[in-house]
Amino acid sequence: MSTRLQKGGRLIDRTRSASFTFNGKRLSGFAGDTLASSLLANDQMLVGRSFKYHRPRGIVASGAEEPNALVNMGEGGRFEPNQRVTTTELFDGLTATSQNHWPSLEFDVGVVNNYAARFLPAGFYYKTFMFPRFAWKHVFEPIVRQSAGLGKVPQGPEVDRYEYAYAFCDLFIVGGGIAGLQAALVAGQAGSRVILVEQTAHWGGRAPVDGDVIDGKPADQWVKDTVQALEKLPNVTLRLRTMASGVYDHGYVLADEKVADHTPGDGRPRHRLWRIRAGKIISAQGAIERPLSFAGNDIPGVMLASAVRDYVVNFAVSPGDRTVVVTNNDDAYRTAIALKEAGLEVPAIIDARTSLTGDLPAKAKAMGIRVEAGRAVVKVKGGKRVTGVSIGLQAGEGAVLEDIACDAVAMSGGWSPVVHLWSHCAGKLVWDEAQAHFRPDPKRPPTNQDGAAMVAIVGAANGNLSAAAALADVAAQLGGSAVTAVEVPEAAMLAVWIMPQGAGPALKMKMWLDYQNDVKVSDVQLAAREGYTSVEHTKRYTTLGMATDQGKLSNINGLAVLAGALNDQIPNVGTTTFRPPYTPVPFGALAGESRGEIFQPLRKSPMHGWHEAHNAYLEPVGLWRRAYCYPRAGENHEQAVNREILNARANVGMLDASTLGKIIVKGPDAGRFLDMLYTNVMSNLGIGKCRYGLMCNEQGFLSDDGVVIRLSEDSWLCHTTTGGADRIHGWMEDWLQCEWWDWKVYTANVTEEYAQIAVAGPNARKVLEKLGGMDVSKETLPFMTFADGTLGGLPVRVHRISFSGELSYEIATPASHGLALWEALIEAGQEFGVMPYGTEAMHIMRAEKGFIMIGDETDGTVIPQDLNLGWAISKKKADYLGKRGQERTHLASPDRWKLAGFETLTGGVIPDGSYIIADGHNANGQRNTQGRVTSTYYSPTLKKGIAMGLIKGGMDRLGDVVEFNTVAGSTVKAKVVDPVFYDKDGEKGNA
Amino acid sequence: MKRYSVFAIAKQAMNYHLGWEKAWASPAPKKEYDVVIVGAGGHGLATAYYLGKNHGIKNVAIIEKGWLGGGNTGRNTTIIRSNYLQDPSAAIYDKALQLYEGLSQDLNYNVMFSPRGLLMLAQTHHEVRGYLRTVHANMLQGVTTEYISPARVKELVPIINIDGPRYPVLGALYQPRGGTGRHDAVAWGYARACSAMGMDIIQQTEVTAVRQEGGVVKGVETTKGFIGCKKLGVVVAGHSGQLAEMAGFRLPIEAVALQALVSEPIKPCMDVVVMANTVHGYMSQSDKGEMVIGGGTDGFNNFTQRGSFHHVEETLRALIETFPMISRLKMLRQWGGIVDMTGDRSPILSKTPLGNCFFNCGWGTGGFKAIPGSGWAMAELMAKGEPGPLTEEFSMWRFKEGKFIDESVAAGVAH
Amino acid sequence: MLILECPYCGVKAEETELSPGYEAHLKRFGPGSSPEEFEAYMFARKNPKGVHFERWRHAYGCGKWFLAARCTATLEVFGTYPAQSGEPPADLQAKIKAKRPNWEGYK
Repeated sequence: MSTRLQKGGRLIDRTRSASFTFNGKRLSGFAGDTLASSLLANDQMLVGRSFKYHRPRGIVASGAEEPNALVNMGEGGRFEPNQRVTTTELFDGLTATSQNHWPSLEFDVGVVNNYAARFLPAGFYYKTFMFPRFAWKHVFEPIVRQSAGLGKVPQGPEVDRYEYAYAFCDLFIVGGGIAGLQAALVAGQAGSRVILVEQTAHWGGRAPVDGDVIDGKPADQWVKDTVQALEKLPNVTLRLRTMASGVYDHGYVLADEKVADHTPGDGRPRHRLWRIRAGKIISAQGAIERPLSFAGNDIPGVMLASAVRDYVVNFAVSPGDRTVVVTNNDDAYRTAIALKEAGLEVPAIIDARTSLTGDLPAKAKAMGIRVEAGRAVVKVKGGKRVTGVSIGLQAGEGAVLEDIACDAVAMSGGWSPVVHLWSHCAGKLVWDEAQAHFRPDPKRPPTNQDGAAMVAIVGAANGNLSAAAALADVAAQLGGSAVTAVEVPEAAMLAVWIMPQGAGPALKMKMWLDYQNDVKVSDVQLAAREGYTSVEHTKRYTTLGMATDQGKLSNINGLAVLAGALNDQIPNVGTTTFRPPYTPVPFGALAGESRGEIFQPLRKSPMHGWHEAHNAYLEPVGLWRRAYCYPRAGENHEQAVNREILNARANVGMLDASTLGKIIVKGPDAGRFLDMLYTNVMSNLGIGKCRYGLMCNEQGFLSDDGVVIRLSEDSWLCHTTTGGADRIHGWMEDWLQCEWWDWKVYTANVTEEYAQIAVAGPNARKVLEKLGGMDVSKETLPFMTFADGTLGGLPVRVHRISFSGELSYEIATPASHGLALWEALIEAGQEFGVMPYGTEAMHIMRAEKGFIMIGDETDGTVIPQDLNLGWAISKKKADYLGKRGQERTHLASPDRWKLAGFETLTGGVIPDGSYIIADGHNANGQRNTQGRVTSTYYSPTLKKGIAMGLIKGGMDRLGDVVEFNTVAGSTVKAKVVDPVFYDKDGEKGNA
Repeated sequence: MKRYSVFAIAKQAMNYHLGWEKAWASPAPKKEYDVVIVGAGGHGLATAYYLGKNHGIKNVAIIEKGWLGGGNTGRNTTIIRSNYLQDPSAAIYDKALQLYEGLSQDLNYNVMFSPRGLLMLAQTHHEVRGYLRTVHANMLQGVTTEYISPARVKELVPIINIDGPRYPVLGALYQPRGGTGRHDAVAWGYARACSAMGMDIIQQTEVTAVRQEGGVVKGVETTKGFIGCKKLGVVVAGHSGQLAEMAGFRLPIEAVALQALVSEPIKPCMDVVVMANTVHGYMSQSDKGEMVIGGGTDGFNNFTQRGSFHHVEETLRALIETFPMISRLKMLRQWGGIVDMTGDRSPILSKTPLGNCFFNCGWGTGGFKAIPGSGWAMAELMAKGEPGPLTEEFSMWRFKEGKFIDESVAAGVAH
Repeated sequence: MLILECPYCGVKAEETELSPGYEAHLKRFGPGSSPEEFEAYMFARKNPKGVHFERWRHAYGCGKWFLAARCTATLEVFGTYPAQSGEPPADLQAKIKAKRPNWEGYK
């Protein structure tokens, strides 16, 4: 059994206990425990089920590489699936449940997959489930889906918050082991701005566990002293619980700080996402131990040797009473020694090497531990827990020489440097034959914006596995005063990819490579046999390395097996691509504070609050929210819109038009510039006058429209659509800066400087006159002119322009006066029947009047000529933006669909989005069409449906009856009519 | 080719699966072929497959720089749909969808096409009108789609929040026949079928030059020597510009990075593909249980298969607003692909200024869903030498005429 | 996540401050140009895997458009220069040539 030892545990505080539940069972641990160590302390080795075969799974590692021990954690808005117990700090009140089983962890029906495993090799699903055709979606896939997946589905929304932090530094150092600490100290003392992050809650990494001696001090003491020295340096920032998740181009690094995962509900943000620009990144992330591939290596109780050592030394937890150590290197002897020193039994060390010459084997032997050279674990016995191992010759085929009873197996297949951050931006690797691992190739680093190396890698992550070598590496790369560690000589390791080396297919089917995804040696060999020989093919065919640990344990073993199957060298097979993040990061942390109302920036007109207070139904228009209508009690939206329209037509209405774009164009060449920008001429516009204008892109397609006014000899103000303001301003600057840079023109986007209010309706003038301050009579201020002045004491510019077809004033005032002006107009308008109207009433009124709307009549493929706007296209100008584009054959074709009005024969409304059908079908069997509706509404003014649309032949088709399709499959007959339905002569607007 | 079936698996299981044959051969190139296809991605392999199946042209080599299916075929979000607005697009994408529906049986390889339905959310009134237009267009195109209410959206996708404070769901365009497939399997299935017809798939071989005589293609120089051909089909997505340059002309194509990511796997919770174009995000759940998420494209030319991270953040913000329960799921892996964007964001399947040389490219962010239709149409173009109904609108000369196939009018973003 | 130094304000601008504008040094063809010239101006884009000249706007900074020479295969930035340049500055071209000896040169 696994249990808590009576003494020891460098990271736990036995005076502070913490209680938690696992699958409803109440258990307890100590402060400083991880969930993994506290589960083991309570003899809970079995913690989950594997993905495919639902085999029992136990804790195998002690860190981020853990593939098995994932749990559902928390409840309600703090529920989180797939929490790795080895990196979860224990806290009082923690609740966890195991995953991927039904009905229970101990008894899982899904384990039938395990008994059928022989029939479910890699990729079996590509070869079956094909008949009958519908069966995949309706029969097989649901079974596969229900069986797959890991954690439970979170219910309710998030209750915690997240935040971003931004930082800049010269050196961003990842990994708080001795190499990272020393690198930070050297660089910090040299004056560099340094950020050092460590993913766990503790500094020091493996050295204290391994009992290293540095600078004559025990590693623990050296770490403490070094951290203290670093804390004194103002240019050094230290962060624990912070995982560097990815390196991106040009020195951009993301790091996820677990601020309050271990103190949930304390009011702090749960995670803080660090977004860092670093001059250089130094990865000192260490190395990860590899499993060995022997039959039954996935049975709970088989663990990494380093993990066993971690649990004993750090947490005073013994994974087993009798632990067999199996290895191909000297380092694993440290585990045997640590177990023995803790008073536990080590029945044997099984070493695949035939000759053992290192100091550590000698020490183990001297301690009385039985050491077997040239031996292999042939298979592990047990089901939900190891009960023993059968051993044989490593050079053999699996003949059993002896059975040894044990309840844990500590395995070590050597160490693989953590090269993820080096590789994210295409740093390359070399194969180190002696240590049988890939390490960074210093000649081919990832490069930054200057083409210089962006990442450096030191210590064990650079293949320097011992403390002495790691510190020497730091000195070689960063300089600084020499710090030395006592070197413990280690003999060479032996690359062992299959144990025993001559194992037959029956054993290979039980040798796990990827524990979570159930990928075995036999699966990789099958992939190779079937031609999936690229490492990417093998990965995708077998799912090797695609589990939540992303192959941290399995990848190297897997590709070594692949290389073996292909009779090729490991470096020729290569690795799959390392992609961020290093370990999974919550979506919430990546999204940061941007949630709910502020998930995107919110733009508000000066009258926004008034609209909200008056029950406006707001619709999103870009980042703005505009009043769609103002429903009164008992009204639905449609009724409100109709009321607003009828009132504006009969009395007077007010629209908040502040969101319309307003761009000042000024300078000696401003007129010339506007003549290029607009299809019509703007340079000859009289001062004080307004003119409607169209803008096209260089393709010739209509992109925006609006009224231009001339303010003075050298300045104009261009109105754009709401959505067009920023785009058009950018467009203007583009041409001025990049094409006509010698033209003397300045532009300024003053959209948010001004509030703008449309007062429209027969009583509009009376409302303005009641406020008083300037002459707004027809004579002084005729249609399509503007004047500056005051209304009700507020500074205004009053435009006589109309988008509704009514007598209309658009009044601009500095934004700070917007609300005051709006309220003054509402008050002054009371006796004249004023009501606010929203964007939908505006849309319908303009459609009644036959005005086009950018985005309705246009969709990026429509040219002004299509919309009968030829009058707004200057024939005199030699050039304007879009003119050449419009000359292309397809745009000049007489067959283009052109604007017309439509009225149904019954008075009903043509469905939105409907097409006008034509006879016959095209060569692809699609029904031919001859046009489509672009705006279609019920007109409360005319009490019937009205529409605009594009039709082949356009206004030449007046009087024709055509058919629009409906989603019901029927058609609606409509007559082609003049698109101006209201006030054809323009008397009202001119009034 | 030995057929795959449950019986074959049972038989092999008795012998530890030692008896499976190679899914495809890896031969040395011959001196000459009737047709050489450059690019063994989904589109190239499908082109070869339908050349053999529909037109009897089996003396074909497919040359691949890396490993087959290793480009965008193997790094997309596996969405399959045909609810396009413009007639030419709807025709070719629906052809693809129809072929997907029977592809596993046709190839004897389970590509796991799963018609689980696809929703495009309408979150502004403008978008509502746009999707209503698509529904009407689709009806006439023979593509079944419907516009559904927010309540129906909620019914189909219980984890969705339809009442978000910024962009409440106003409705959705629903294509019940849309869904997902297993991307790698599509490439592998076609490769196996091509190989079974005697075609040569030549991996790890890069084309270095295009040889021509008198304005007609004669073959390609490769890292494994010259390979002659009577007709050349170039199907290389992001690298089309380089190949066009070798062939002596320029294409209206730019390569940019498109990003995607997956979460850790959880139990099934979403049986529909959801695309939210206003807020820029789309998500589906894979058979493994991962939430598969598509992000945006970078705005600059890029061949690195890495994108800029702020797109991922924006996508996740949008999706957390849409599906609040995903906040505590974790990003497991993110990656980028190089997509080939044309001037109107629609593909090019076209003859070229070089005789007997054909290009199929410009699928941009929407290539995976088109693979069978694209291959079918390209095979027809290459076999006949002249465009058929499926390809005639996709000529590379349409830009000069201004005859765009502009889908952006319907959907702002990707696929 | 690119960083480009704005040649106007000198800020090392982060990508999120910038708006991209694709290929630089395009010659505009207006009315009177041939269909081929106009098509080339609008659509025929250089798409090199390597040295590329492109337009950027410091949109959330000083607002200026500028040009950049960048490698599309490694994202290395060789330099930035004002938009009001008919072609890349000679010293920049020399710098690129030194770093990328196989570069065929501008044009």
